[in-house]
Amino acid sequence: MDVLGRYRNLIVLVGVLFAQVLGLAVQVKRTTDSEPTRLIRIWAVGSVSPLERMLAWAQTSTRGIWRNYVYLRGVRAENRSLKAQIERMSLDQVRISQDADQARRLQALLAFKEQFISQTMAAQVIGSTGSELSRSVYIDKGERDGIRPDMAVITADGIVGKVLRVYGSTSLVLLIDDQTSGVGAILDKTRLQGILRGTPSGEVVLEKVMSDETVPPGEQVLTSGGDGIFPKGLLVGRVTKVAPGSELFLNIRVRPAADLSRLEEVLVVTKIDERQAEPDQTGGARAIDILAGRLPGVPSKPENAVNADAPATAAPASTAGSTAGPVVNPKAAPSETSVAAKVSPKPVKAPAEPKTQPAAQDSPH
Amino acid sequence: MAITYTSGEQVEVYRFSVPATVLIPLAAVFLQAWLPLRFPFFTVFDLPLLVTIGFATARRNPLAGLVTGGLIGILQDALTHHPIGLYGISKTVVGFGASSLGIKLDVENAGARFLLTIFFYVVHEVVYFMIARGLVGLHMEWSWPHELLSGVANALLGVLVFMLLDRVKQRT
Repeated sequence: MDVLGRYRNLIVLVGVLFAQVLGLAVQVKRTTDSEPTRLIRIWAVGSVSPLERMLAWAQTSTRGIWRNYVYLRGVRAENRSLKAQIERMSLDQVRISQDADQARRLQALLAFKEQFISQTMAAQVIGSTGSELSRSVYIDKGERDGIRPDMAVITADGIVGKVLRVYGSTSLVLLIDDQTSGVGAILDKTRLQGILRGTPSGEVVLEKVMSDETVPPGEQVLTSGGDGIFPKGLLVGRVTKVAPGSELFLNIRVRPAADLSRLEEVLVVTKIDERQAEPDQTGGARAIDILAGRLPGVPSKPENAVNADAPATAAPASTAGSTAGPVVNPKAAPSETSVAAKVSPKPVKAPAEPKTQPAAQDSPH
Repeated sequence: MAITYTSGEQVEVYRFSVPATVLIPLAAVFLQAWLPLRFPFFTVFDLPLLVTIGFATARRNPLAGLVTGGLIGILQDALTHHPIGLYGISKTVVGFGASSLGIKLDVENAGARFLLTIFFYVVHEVVYFMIARGLVGLHMEWSWPHELLSGVANALLGVLVFMLLDRVKQRT
């Protein structure tokens, strides 16, 4: 009894540690995607998020007042510049629409299925986990707003992550630079596929690209659609460094296009539609017609349609949406938008790729 | 009636009022979650750890220290996407250790607090590293320069935090 009294503190310490280790072991063993959110997480998020939401609102309001009423210097010049830009883009559209028509005809021939982001929801980033080892952020939209786990989260610049946990009015978004994250990715020009993962130090690497391949630094990385979360063709980032890695694979460093350390507003992709490409209204979805379009002697194209015959190769995903429907600018999206963003920028170059990728690329998340 | 759990050791022992006991850890966890959004470098700091050390050394009661550390750690865990218990265990150990050491050492001056914080920051990181790697299976890289520099940064901030805590602590 005396011994128990003397070592009381140590015994309690061991007991508390044992209980926590046991609880940890149970959680590690039971971790599944369908696991319900623990009550303690709901309490913790519920105690912190109202204040975060209030501060985010105050910050947005202050910034809005500043931007909309105070800081209007240079608006006239900017307006002139934007009008000139619209004119230039209208001319570009003529060329791009011809490429798109051609691409649609080919897609129809191949029974190609396109993925469209048909609905997004704007959300504000209100908090983080505050840990270097858990790279996630909280957004101000939750279950009540229609957010569900595994929805893709993007910005105008590129992908951000996926919804991991959903609470009543907030959600936890796992960023792509977290070590437990994984995104099916494809290199823009070489069309090599791999899995994008975060590292403990917060860098992003593209894994599973064989070491005998050549990957030039600066090449764009797009989503491959193989993970079933991100639609194909969204911009991920650029290759910054390529080095021989362990085993048979290259060590490819990628700089995310979206600035993950300074996120403010994001878009949650709430609905992705899939539909088969249809030929245009003029008909003629025959190979002979497509080939005839390339023969000399066809009526000349508009003056500004320079390089109209070149295959659609240039536009990255974030800017290629103009072909199939309205131009998508996630920054300009209202809180609930319905857009027809064509997210497969190069269906012509990779016609043989079905919507679902090989098993090796699936579900890296 | 004691306002909060305190010890009756012979050294000078302090206690904190109930609002301070509840609100200060909550504020620390909130700031730790909010500030990195505005200042990304803030993830280097661990405000809840500093509060744990501050409370533990003031109360000088190992049981109170481990309970405070454990609760603050679990609250911090609940905000991450990792299993609950990683920070909980680390801060339980730190809370116990800091209060046990607080009984034996003078932790009232800034120099001692500075060194104490570096020491317990490293202890915290070592425990976290071992559990995260061994039990949860996270891939982690240990870097002594990074840990020591982070320890110094936390210790500098810690001296300020302890000065603030001095204002709300009450002699028993």
